[in-house]
Amino acid sequence: MNTLFGEKKEGATKIVFTKVDEYPEAPISLGTTLSNFTGDWRTFIPIINEDKCVKCYICWKFCPEPAIYIKDDGYVAVDYDYCKGCGICANECPTNAITMEKEEK
Amino acid sequence: MEYKPIRKVVSGNYAAAYAVKDARVQVVAAYPITPQTSIIEKIAEFLANGEVENLQYVPVESEHSAMAATIGASATGARAFTATSAQGLALMHEMLHWAAGARLPIVMVDVNRAMAPPWSVWDDQTDSLAQRDTGWMQFYAENNQEVYDGVLMAFKIAETVNVPAMVVESAFILSHTYDVVEMIPQELVDEFLPPRKPLYTLTNFDNPISVGALATPADYYEFRYKLAKAHEKAKKVIKEVGKEFGEMFGRDYSQMIELYRTDDADFVFMGMGSLMGTVKQAVDILREEGYKVGAAKVRWFRPFPKEELYELAKNVQGIAVLDRNFSFGQEGILFTEAKGALYNTGAKPLMKNYIVGLGGRDFTVNDVRKIADNMKAVIEKGEIDVEVDWYHLKR
Repeated sequence: MNTLFGEKKEGATKIVFTKVDEYPEAPISLGTTLSNFTGDWRTFIPIINEDKCVKCYICWKFCPEPAIYIKDDGYVAVDYDYCKGCGICANECPTNAITMEKEEK
Repeated sequence: MEYKPIRKVVSGNYAAAYAVKDARVQVVAAYPITPQTSIIEKIAEFLANGEVENLQYVPVESEHSAMAATIGASATGARAFTATSAQGLALMHEMLHWAAGARLPIVMVDVNRAMAPPWSVWDDQTDSLAQRDTGWMQFYAENNQEVYDGVLMAFKIAETVNVPAMVVESAFILSHTYDVVEMIPQELVDEFLPPRKPLYTLTNFDNPISVGALATPADYYEFRYKLAKAHEKAKKVIKEVGKEFGEMFGRDYSQMIELYRTDDADFVFMGMGSLMGTVKQAVDILREEGYKVGAAKVRWFRPFPKEELYELAKNVQGIAVLDRNFSFGQEGILFTEAKGALYNTGAKPLMKNYIVGLGGRDFTVNDVRKIADNMKAVIEKGEIDVEVDWYHLKR
């Protein structure tokens, strides 16, 4: 995996509290990216069409979160655990290879 | 060790400063504002004279920063203190929510002062009561002794339930008036108030944490519930700590509402802070004159002692609520709280609100007598004349 261009975070585990007693007494540690998957804020999801992708990596540069990474084959992919669905990648893509679609949850 | 009090003649503000010294506070961040200034002046003097060890004093440029620095210090696990008044407390408002929300057991002395305009430096409780919903506990001191005792107890209670606490004293009536205060020898304070055990540590680098982090709608609600439960728990802790204080030092604070000669009273005067000293003296005089009256001093306004109020209310015919504060568009704040607390209990004493002493207006024993006469007439008639009585108004 190409670490220079970012990589899919390994070992991330989302912590989900299902009962009030499981919460810490003080609001701490909710913000570490290893447990807080900001991807669930999303309404629209970016879908990458590799047929149109020219590997320019403009989407990777513009992504305000490290949510776009470059796979070993050189194509880009989205880390859906952290993509908030802002749509900047789709807006910037010069070949319209990224489309934003309403996510079904 | 046998308890031999150290008697000193001090102002309410100096009593607070001595309590801060005896509590071995580690960080004080404060900004001077009349009438609070002499608290932090005295603490600065302790520091300059080498009378305190391990105390960091942070001079800041505003009250907002004072509370922010205190929060930072408390988050690292230090015992932290600040003090303010009126406009300064209002400037801290946002930060008060941060302190309570992050469950930091900070103790602050607020010297009750009227909010401007018109500009005023005199006594009025509206400043502290406007902070009612920030999640802070609030203790109202009647005299200089209660300021000293209140600060020591507030640290112990706050650090047990991890909720910040405000100790409130009257501008000038207490803050600048000298009285004998029995202080506790350092060894016994240390026994009563051991070093703080924080909920978490910021310096555990193997397990780093973030404090006050973002919570989405999926999690925020549960943290509010936890703070609400902590206030419920605080009621029990307040009584225990108050009882322990009484056993160790002879002054019992196990009641959240101090009852004074209420056992066979037809009606009682209820209020908070220094004006209740006047009321207690008036009760003694009125009792000799044949009035069957008592006094109920609300020591802790937050958490609100609903259960104790009910025990009182079911045995009296009337409650005269004396409010040195006002919530515009409604009535005195304690009056609203007391009526609301009793609504579902079945206790239905006649309740009348007297607005007194705003902005430092004198409130004397003779005023209490006039209110007693009015209250007596109200009870005999069985209905209140006006619900909210602007008692001092020049008519």
